[in-house]
Parts: sequence; structure tokens; C-alpha cells
Amino acid sequence: MGQITLRSVTKQFGDAVVIPSLDLDIDDGEFVVFVGPSGCGKSTLLRLIAGLEDTSSGTISIDGNDATALPPAKRKLAMVFQSYALYPHMTVRKNIAFPLKMAGMSVEATAKKVDAAAQVLNLTSYLDRKPGQLSGGQRQRVAIGRAIVREPAAFLFDEPLSNLDASLRVNMRLEISELHKSLKTTMIYVTHDQVEAMTMADKIVVLNAGRIEQVGTPMELYLTPRNLFVAGFIGSPRMNLISGAMAQKHDAHTVGIRPEHIDLSTVSGEWRGRVGVSEHLGSDTFLRVHVEGMDVLTVRASGEIAVTHGDTVYLTPQPDKIHRFGPTGDAI
Amino acid sequence: MARAVTTERKIITTVAAWTVALLIFFPILWMILTSFKSEADAILSPPVWIGFDWTTENYTQVFETSNYFRFFMNSVIIAVGSTLLGLVIAVPAAWSMAFVPGAKTKDLLMWMLSTKMMPGVAVLAPIYLTFIQLGLLDTRFGLVIVLMLINLPIIVWMLYTYFKEIPGEILEAARMDGATLRAEILFVLLPMAIPGIASTVLLNIILAWNEAFWTITLTTVDAAPLTKFISRFSSPQGLFYAKLSAASTMAIAPILIMGWFSQKQLVRGLTFGAVK
Repeated sequence: MGQITLRSVTKQFGDAVVIPSLDLDIDDGEFVVFVGPSGCGKSTLLRLIAGLEDTSSGTISIDGNDATALPPAKRKLAMVFQSYALYPHMTVRKNIAFPLKMAGMSVEATAKKVDAAAQVLNLTSYLDRKPGQLSGGQRQRVAIGRAIVREPAAFLFDEPLSNLDASLRVNMRLEISELHKSLKTTMIYVTHDQVEAMTMADKIVVLNAGRIEQVGTPMELYLTPRNLFVAGFIGSPRMNLISGAMAQKHDAHTVGIRPEHIDLSTVSGEWRGRVGVSEHLGSDTFLRVHVEGMDVLTVRASGEIAVTHGDTVYLTPQPDKIHRFGPTGDAI
Repeated sequence: MARAVTTERKIITTVAAWTVALLIFFPILWMILTSFKSEADAILSPPVWIGFDWTTENYTQVFETSNYFRFFMNSVIIAVGSTLLGLVIAVPAAWSMAFVPGAKTKDLLMWMLSTKMMPGVAVLAPIYLTFIQLGLLDTRFGLVIVLMLINLPIIVWMLYTYFKEIPGEILEAARMDGATLRAEILFVLLPMAIPGIASTVLLNIILAWNEAFWTITLTTVDAAPLTKFISRFSSPQGLFYAKLSAASTMAIAPILIMGWFSQKQLVRGLTFGAVK
């Protein structure tokens, strides 16, 4: 079981309110991602759930039991840190066995569990090495192994892939997703990388200045962002946000259109513009187009598009994909 | 551009370093040489450096007239005891200052260190009277307590510096893994801080070993350490430089040897955190 409920949870550091009152329900077995810009309070929220920070007010329940005042060890949660936080003086075997040792498990049972975890994570041949002798990816796997052996109610990941290089990050992302599929345990994952959030999550919690802006599945957030913040944060490259006359035409204060929802032509279209910088990614090309009477818009085109800097192009937004926002920034 | 180091510059700095090192070591060298001279040679002016009649007679006499090993054992017990007791008190103090600092932690650390700037003699009377009242005069236990208190600021400060270098996330990981505070300190913090703890222990043993004011003042016979052993050869019988030098050499030899073998650890410990 791994059902976590937050009710009216707040956190203050001195006079600074990091998390104003917040409610959140995380169901058993869900992969929930907290996403938001730096300083939005996502790591603080995770640490509140872990018990590494005390709440200023409100309650945190785990599997229906009030865990607000429980120390971290008693919450049946396991955490994987950004810096891996391995014990550098212990071998991989001892690192993974440490939580079991703390739980007073017998030597034989511990050895069995460590071997099983090492097998799952491809660490068997590294068991007698120290963390300093491992690569970044292997260290991260050890950290995950240390979390797995506890058989926790939920796993907490605090930006676990930030220290890895790009290709390793993609691999580890898949490994963590596969692990979730096989363990079916609740996972709460903090990241500022919205690609990680979109690809891994069952449910995304978008945070801004300690407040939850929206909770939903990745596609819900992508298709129906509740406000300008979520619209701008989810999706890569980010949604084009246009205000002024163009927005008024759609009875809105601001309209948003994603780069992939703008049709591009060299012959005709609704808006005329000049190509600025273009980024060729192979499969796709992202063009920055300076549109007359508007700001610069980002447009996604196919990889083989034959337009270059300075060319005139015509853009047409797909009408059913236009998002409308009112003066407060909320979606209409 | 990288700074070029010419051969000339290297020679100058090497010579300068050796000169300073020899100047610092010179009194010890002179003492060791004097300990092998006769009393007559020892007071010659100008002194004879090498060409004197080498003798071990002073050492024999010092051994015969006093129980060196009793003083030695007292020094060991007082130096090691005060350091270990200091560690037991300083580890939790440094832990809390490093990992759960309060608003006044820095002030507290500065205040602790400032007590080292006060001359010991200023508190001689209260401590001496307290010792009499508690029956601690001339006891090893009493000296262990006093030397521990004197060196505690340094132990706390050094441990605090080492602990600050240990990432807090590792201790948090231990907490998540079910470690109690005791287990967190014993199994995670202390093993990681071993290099720092080792140099703290070494430095404090040296400081306690060399401490003369309190060890001479608060002891007579039973708890007298090697500092007292030296002082016994200095006054009542007149000036016997050769014997005094022999006694001093015997007193500092153990700590000199220990310092020589642990110099790498000491330098590493004292520069810990200076370069990342």
C-alpha cells in the first residue's frame, strides 16, 4: 500500500512561506511527478512527505494513518537523492544492506535480499566495490537498490537524474519507469525537467511558488492547461502565447498555440512572417518566425523543410488547438 | 597564463624553507646535543657543537634518580584520556552545530574559541580551590577533566569544520534508511569523518602532552606527568643543563616520534576543506 494524502499542509521558513496551504491525494501504485521551476517548493514538498522537514501546519497521512509527526524512518518510505547520497565508506553490498541492518534483519535474510536487488539492477558484479569506483549511472542504481530492499510503501525521488549525462539520463528514465511497472509501488518523483514529467508520470503535479497550479495526467495538462503558467511550462518547445489584437479576435486576453499546431507554408496562410533562427533536430525543425504585428513565434516543421534564415513563410494556427486565457491567466 | 617557476626561484624558496625549518628545529637540536654532553661541556661559552665527548651518563642518572615510566604513563593517561573524553563531548556538540545550526551557532563557536585567548592563570585560584574541595588535586582524573576543558573548544571547532564538509543528504539518507540518531553518528558520520577525527585526536594529544601550566600546578607526585618530570630537574639542585636536556629529550621523544609518523595525517587534517 502507498496511499498518501496531504491536507492543508503549509511550510514556513521563518517569515518566508514556502508552501501556502496545499491539498493533494496520491493513490496507491501511482507514479506522480512534481514539476515546476527552481524554487517552486517541489523538493520541500517531497521532504515534508519524507519527514525530513516538519510541516508548519496541516496533516500528512500515509495509508490512512496520520504520519505528520512520525520520524522519516517510521513512514515506510524510501528516498533516492539527487546526489545519490551513498555511504562512501561502505561497499555497494553494505550500502544496499544498510536499511535492513537498521531494521535488525538477520544476516542470511539480508544477503538474500541484497543479492536479489543487485540482480534486478545489474549490480551483482559490483557488490564489493565502493561507490567511488562506480560510474554515475551505477551509483544511481545502488541508491535505487538501497530503496528497493526496504520494500517501502512509496519511493521518493528527488531529481535523481540531474547529475547524469543526457544519454544516461534517458536510459535511467526508462529503467525507473520499468521498475515502477514491475514493482507497482507508489512513486513520487521531483524534477524540473518537463520531458521527464511527461514521459514517466501517471499524474503530474505542476507547482509554482509553493502552490499547485494543476494536477492531471500528462495529456490532460498538455491538452487542457488550466492557466498560462501550466500552458507555458508543459510542452517542449513551450507554447506560443499571444496577446493583443490577435487574442481579442478570439475573445480572450491571451491565446496560446503550440509550435506543433501551426501549419507552415511558403505560399499562403493566415500570418506572414520571416524565418529567424532555425534548429534542426533531424526528425523535426524548430523555426523562430518573426510575424508581422506579433511577437516571435516558434513553429515545428518537418526535418526536411527547405526554408532558411530570412525566408518569408506563412503560418496558419489549427483553429481547434487554440487555447484561450482570460485577464487573470486562467483558461476560458 | 600559468605562472612560470624558474630554477633560480625554486632554489631560493627551497633554501628559505630549509632555513626557517632549521631555525624552528634548532632549540630541539641543541637540547638533544646538550643531553649527550657532560655538565662541564654543557655550559661552555661559546658552545661546542659536535666535537665534545659524547656521553649517555645523563640519561643513566636521570633514570636512576627518578621513575621515568611513572611520569610517562601519567602523561599518556592524561593526554589520551582528556582527548577521548573531549571527543565524547565534542562529537554531539559539533554534530548539532554542523547539521542543525541555530541562529547563534556561529557566535557560540566564536565564544568557545575566545576562551582560548584568556590566560589560564586568570582562573587558577577558582580551579585550584575547587580541586582541593573535590579532592582532585594530584589526581589523573582531575587533570583529564581540566585538560579536556582547555582543549574542548579546539576539538569542537575542528570536528565542526570536518562535519561541515560531509553532505547533509548522506545523513538524511541514513535517517530515511531507519537509522536512529546514535546509528547515524556511529555508522555514517564518524566513519566518514575518520581522517578529521584522527588529526583532531593527534593534535589534541600533542597539546595535552605539552601542557605545562596546569599539569605542573595541579600535581605533586601521584599524577605528575612528564612536564613535571622536566621541571624537577630545573631548579632546586641548581642548573644542570645536561641532565635537564636529557630529561626534556626523554619527555618530548614519544610525542616527537608520534608526530613524525603522523605528520602526513596532521597536515592533511589541518588543511582539510581548504582546497576542494
